[in-house]
Amino acid sequence: MEDQSSWSKGIEPPPLRSAGGSEEGDVGFADKRITATEREEEDVVGGVHGGVLDCFDDDEGADIFTSAVSPSEVKSRISPDVPSLQLGGDSSRSNGMEAQMFDTSPDDADDLFAEATEEVSLESPEMPAVRPSDKAPTITPVSNTAKSVLNPDATNTPAAADQGARKLVSFRKTSEEVEESSGDTFDLHISVTDPEKVGEGMSAYMAYKVNTKTTLAMFSQKNYSVKRRFSDFLGLHEKLTDKHAHVGLIVPPAPEKSVIGMTKVKVGKEDPSSVEFLERRRSALERYLQRTSKHPTLMQDPDFRDFLEKDELPRAVNTQAFSGAGILRMVTKAADAVNKMTIKINESDLWFEEKQQQFDCLDQQLRKLHIGIESLVGHRKELSTSSAAFAKSTAMLGSSEDNTALARALSQLAEVEERVEQLHAEQCDADLYLFGELIADYIRLLSSIKAVFDQRGKCWQRWQDSQSMLLKKREAEAKLQWVNKPDKLQQAKEEIHEWEGKVEQGESEFELISKTIRKELSRFEKNRVKDFKNIIIQYIESLINTQQQLIKYWEAFLPEAKAIA
Amino acid sequence: MQECVDDDDGNNGNGVKTSDEDKVAADRQPLQIDISDALSEKEKVKFTVHTTTTLPHFKKRESSVVRDHEEFTWLHNVYVENKDYAGIIIPPAPPCPDFDTSREKLQQLGEGEATMTKEEFAKMKQELEAEYLAIFKKTVVAHEVFLCRLAEHPVLGMDSNLQVFLEYEQELGVRGKNVKERLGDFLRGFVKTADELLIVGVKDTDDFFEKEKNFILEYHGRVKDSANRADRMTRALKDIAEDYSYISYAFCLLATHETGSLHRFFENASEMFEKYRKLQNRVASDQDLKLSDLLKYYARDTQAAKDLLYRRTRAQLDTDGATKGLERARLRGREIQVAEALQETTFRTFETISSTARKELAEFKQRRVAAFRKNLIETAELEMKHARTSLQVLTNVLANLKER
Repeated sequence: MEDQSSWSKGIEPPPLRSAGGSEEGDVGFADKRITATEREEEDVVGGVHGGVLDCFDDDEGADIFTSAVSPSEVKSRISPDVPSLQLGGDSSRSNGMEAQMFDTSPDDADDLFAEATEEVSLESPEMPAVRPSDKAPTITPVSNTAKSVLNPDATNTPAAADQGARKLVSFRKTSEEVEESSGDTFDLHISVTDPEKVGEGMSAYMAYKVNTKTTLAMFSQKNYSVKRRFSDFLGLHEKLTDKHAHVGLIVPPAPEKSVIGMTKVKVGKEDPSSVEFLERRRSALERYLQRTSKHPTLMQDPDFRDFLEKDELPRAVNTQAFSGAGILRMVTKAADAVNKMTIKINESDLWFEEKQQQFDCLDQQLRKLHIGIESLVGHRKELSTSSAAFAKSTAMLGSSEDNTALARALSQLAEVEERVEQLHAEQCDADLYLFGELIADYIRLLSSIKAVFDQRGKCWQRWQDSQSMLLKKREAEAKLQWVNKPDKLQQAKEEIHEWEGKVEQGESEFELISKTIRKELSRFEKNRVKDFKNIIIQYIESLINTQQQLIKYWEAFLPEAKAIA
Repeated sequence: MQECVDDDDGNNGNGVKTSDEDKVAADRQPLQIDISDALSEKEKVKFTVHTTTTLPHFKKRESSVVRDHEEFTWLHNVYVENKDYAGIIIPPAPPCPDFDTSREKLQQLGEGEATMTKEEFAKMKQELEAEYLAIFKKTVVAHEVFLCRLAEHPVLGMDSNLQVFLEYEQELGVRGKNVKERLGDFLRGFVKTADELLIVGVKDTDDFFEKEKNFILEYHGRVKDSANRADRMTRALKDIAEDYSYISYAFCLLATHETGSLHRFFENASEMFEKYRKLQNRVASDQDLKLSDLLKYYARDTQAAKDLLYRRTRAQLDTDGATKGLERARLRGREIQVAEALQETTFRTFETISSTARKELAEFKQRRVAAFRKNLIETAELEMKHARTSLQVLTNVLANLKER
C-alpha cells in the first residue's frame, strides 16, 4: 500500500511493525494512522498513534515519552525486576503506576515484541555488556504509558484503541504532574566550584571541584566531591556523544577550549580578564553538568555517574587538540562537512524539514541577539570604568573647591558615582551571565541538534544503501537463475536474505532515530521556552534592582546639593 | 525656535538668568538679549539676535539682527584685545557648532538605506533628527549665554562694539581669519603659554592674588579633567542605549518566528527594551546637559579667569620693568620724565586691573557656586525622575510577563 511505503520514509509507524505483522492489523492501523497524521495537531482522540504524535508536538505533554519507545526498552519494562532500578526518591507514586501498567497486558507485549527484540540486538552491538543497566536507565514512570497504551492496540479493535487513547489522555494529566514533580526532584544537584591551579608553567591546569548532592538510589552515596579538570569534562562529552548521539539523543555540548584564556591562566597573570575567563568557564561547566543531569537518559549513563563519583578518572588524552585522536576528529569533521552537503533525505515527513528550518532560523537570530548582548556587556564595562574615573576627578575637584558646602557636595557626588559604578559592574555581570551565556549555550545546543539531524541523515543513507544493495543482490540472483549454477544461486539467496535483514534493520533504526529525535526536540522546546522565559524575567528583575538602587543614591545626594550656599 | 531655549525653570544653567520671568523685571535690566530664532543652513548656523533695551545710546528700543558664529567670535576677540577690559574676566566665547558627527551618521544612514527595512530607516532617521536638534539647541543656548553675560556686566555691556553687534542690520563684514592671521594667533598662543608658565613661577606679593592664582590653576586642570570624563560616561551611556535598541530588534525577530506563549513574551521583551532604551538615552542627554556642559563651561570660564590673572601679572611685570627703567634713568640722569611717565601709566594700569580683578574673581566664585548648585540639584532630580520612570516601565512589563 502506498501509505505503508510512505511510513517507511519517515513517519513513525508503531514499534509493532515487525516483519510478520498481520494483514488485518496493518489495514486497521492504516486507517488509524491516516487519521492520526491528518489530525496530528489536534487533541488526542481516536488514533492512538495520533496520541503518541500529539504528545510529541505538544509543549506540555512533551516529556511523557521521555525515552525512545523502542522495542528493546518496552521489552525490558516487562521484566519484573526492572522497576526497582528506576528512579529512586519520589517514585513511589510512579511505581504504583508502573505496576498498574504491567498488569494490563504483559503477555501481549511479550508476543509482540519478541521479534522486535532481535532487531534491537543488532542495533546496539557495542552495548552488550552494558545492556542490563542500559535498558534500565531509559525508563521513567511516565513512559510506561506508551507501552500500556500501545498494548491495547495489539488487539487491534477500535474500542481498545480508543480506550487506550482515553487512558493516554487521562494519563497525560497525571503523568504530567508526575513528570513535573519528578523532573524537579530528579534530585541530583551538581555544582562546580573552587577552581584551583595545579602545577606550574605551561603544564599547569585548573582543577575544579564537582560537588554532587543526591538522594537517587543509583548513587552509592549522598554527597560527592571530586576534582576534575577541563579535559575530563571534554572526555565525558566525547563518551556520551559516542554512545548516544547516533540514536538521536541531544547531548548537551561541552564548553569550548580556549587556548588564549588558558595560557593566560597558566602563565599566572592575575588580571581581571583571566579572572573573568575562569568564572565564565566555571559557570559554563556547571551548566553543562546540570543540563546533562536533567536529561533522563544521559543522567543514568554509567560514564556520567563515574564522572561524578570516581575519585580518579583516566586522563582523557584524546581530547587534546593535537593528539592522534584530536587530529582524527578534525579529519572526520571535515569529511562530515563535505558529506553533509550531499545527504538530502527524501522527506515525506515535513515535520523534520520544518524543524530544521526553524532551528536554522533560530540559530541565526540567537547569534544576532548574542552579538547585541556582548556589545552591551562591553559598553557597560566602559560605563563602569568611566564612572569610576569621573568619581575620582570629581573628588579631586571637590578638594580644590574652597566653598565648603560645594566641596562637600562634590565629594558626595564622587561617592554617588562610585556606588553607581559598582552598580553598573554588577549589572554587567547580570548581563553577561544571565543573558549572554544562556544565549551562547543555546547556540551551542542548536549545533548539537544539527548534529543529531545529521545522524538521522546518515542513518537514512545507510538504510538507502542497504536497499540499493539488496536490489543489486536481487538482480544478481535473477541473473544467476538463468545461468543455472546451484551453489552460486544458493549463495545469492543467502545474501539476499542477509540484505533483507539489513534493510529492515536500517528501516527500524531510522524509525527509531526519528522517534527519538521527535521526543528530544519536544523536550528541548519545552526547556527552551522555560529557560528563555526565566532568563528574561530574571534579567528584568536585575534591571529593576539597579534602578531602585539608583533612586536611593540620588535621593541621598539631593539634600547635599541643595545645601550648597 | 522658542524665545528662550531653556530647561525647566528657565535658567540657562550657567548662572545667567534669561527667563521670561526675569524679563518682567526687565526694566531693571537695561539691556535684554535673547536669540529668538536660529537657522541651520549648509555649514553655518545663523542666529537671530533680539535686543530690548532702555539704554539711551541705542538707536532703537528693540532690534533684531542675524548673526553667524564667526561674528560672535569677532565680538569676543574685540573684548579680549581691549586693554580697558584687562581687569575683567571676559565671558568665554561660545564653542563652534559641531554637527560633524551628526552629519557623518546622516551620511551612513543614506548609504545604508538600501539594506534597511522601511521601519528601521524611519526610526534611525528620527533618532538622527532628534540628535541634530539637541546639538542645535545646545549651540543656541551657548551663544545666548555669552551675549547675556556681556549684557549683564556693567562695564562690558556698555561697549560700543556690542551695540554695533546688536543693532547694525547689515553683515558685520568680519571675515574669518585668513591663514596669516591664524598663524599669528597660533604663535601668540605659544608665547602666551610660555608667559603663563612665567606666571606660575612668579610669586605674587599680594597674598590674595597668590592664593587665587594657585586655586585657579589647580581648579582649571581638574575641572577640565572632570569635563572629559563626564563626556566619556555620557558616551558610554549612549552606546548602551544603542545596544538595547539592537537587542530590542533581535527580540522582535525572534518573536516573529515563534508561536504561542514565547511569541508574546518576546514581543513584550522587545517593546520593553525599546522603551528602556529611550529612557537611557534621555538619562544620557540630561547628564550631558547638566553635568558635562556645566563642567565644560566652567573649564572655559576658569580659563578666562586665568587669562585675567595673566594680564595682571603681565601688567605687574611691566610696572616692575618701568620702575627699573626709571631707576636707571635717574642714575643716568636723562629721559627721567619719560621713564616717570611710563612708570606711572604702567603702575596705574596695574592698580586698576588689580582692583577690578578682585571684584571679578569674587563674582566668579559666586557664579560658579550658584551654577554648580543649580546643576547638581537638577542632575539629581532628573536622575531620580528617569530612574523612577524606568522602574515603572520595568515593573509593569515584569508583572505582565509573569502573569502569562
